[in-house]
Amino acid sequence: MAKIKGHISINIDNCKGCELCIVECPQDSLKMSEHINTQGYHYAVLVQDNCTGCTNCALVCPEAIITVYRESKNKTKKERVAVITNVTENITVNVS
Amino acid sequence: MSDTFNEGITCEFLDDCDIVWDRPDSLLDTRLHYCPGCGHSVVHRLLMEVVDELGIRDRTIGIAPVGCSVFAYNYLNIDMQQAAHGRATAVATGIKRVRPDRIVFTYQGDGDLAAIGTGETIHTVNRGENIVIIFINNGIYGMTGGQMAPTTLPGVKTSTTTSGRDVSIHGHPLKIAEMLALLPGAYYVTRTSVISANHVRKTKKALLKAFKYQMEGKGGVSFVEVVSNCPAGWKMTPVDSNKWLETNVFDNFPLGDIKLPVKD
Repeated sequence: MAKIKGHISINIDNCKGCELCIVECPQDSLKMSEHINTQGYHYAVLVQDNCTGCTNCALVCPEAIITVYRESKNKTKKERVAVITNVTENITVNVS
Repeated sequence: MSDTFNEGITCEFLDDCDIVWDRPDSLLDTRLHYCPGCGHSVVHRLLMEVVDELGIRDRTIGIAPVGCSVFAYNYLNIDMQQAAHGRATAVATGIKRVRPDRIVFTYQGDGDLAAIGTGETIHTVNRGENIVIIFINNGIYGMTGGQMAPTTLPGVKTSTTTSGRDVSIHGHPLKIAEMLALLPGAYYVTRTSVISANHVRKTKKALLKAFKYQMEGKGGVSFVEVVSNCPAGWKMTPVDSNKWLETNVFDNFPLGDIKLPVKD
């Protein structure tokens, strides 16, 4: 089985329900929702946790509403830091 | 709008992830007016990906045609000009000659380029203008209600050929890319499609090549024909239209490079 983990997020309000991403997904991770969006279309949703981040769905999506994520190669969790400037000395605040 | 994202399963390791694909910056964040599953939207997106990759957003000028893609300037965040029906290549000639430092492309459908604008297209290619022509061939007049186009396949039923296109009455499908490849002014002529992810990747490569040739000033037209679907005009679902395209259209309009640059 594939070891690479991926994830997608879909801007469902702009989905027109063409189903091209569902046909293109090699993992069958996508399916049409039973609900409709603000435009009146059924929209695509990710229903299985086996996405590999291959970007096939995003490439065929005519509306360009799919963002594809892929797990970083270095597994250590990235530290999210905010640096506050404009003070006498830099203060580092850990936000995660 | 962000609270409506990610319906379905959620991801626990999203902080660990890199974004591998996102909407290109040059494509404006508006809803496209095209029908569901239309190939126009894909080519719009690919164009903007290419413009972003080459970093030429501030010096690219696009010419919008008349047809479904008449509102291309609403989505592409670059300088755009709308041309009269079929005259996009003539307008592009003018812009390129006045501003040779700009990257100029036309974006035309088969009603615009292959029907009313055939003369302009042939003469622009014959003059060898240093522009990119993007030709979306879906074999029908989608915007006006599904009438027969010069590129409609024989036997296809449209609203003006109700018993199918008869070659003895309506003529044969016009293979404009093969015609233009014969002209010495054509530098790079290719035909691609956007029906699957692999075809989309190939189309992007072709567009990238075409824009690079123009930036290098090779002195010739780069012509990229994209065989596309028209689910509304063909009266099929988007998935069925792509299957129909693969089984029928590719025989008549074979994909691949038709004219490659001669190596020095």
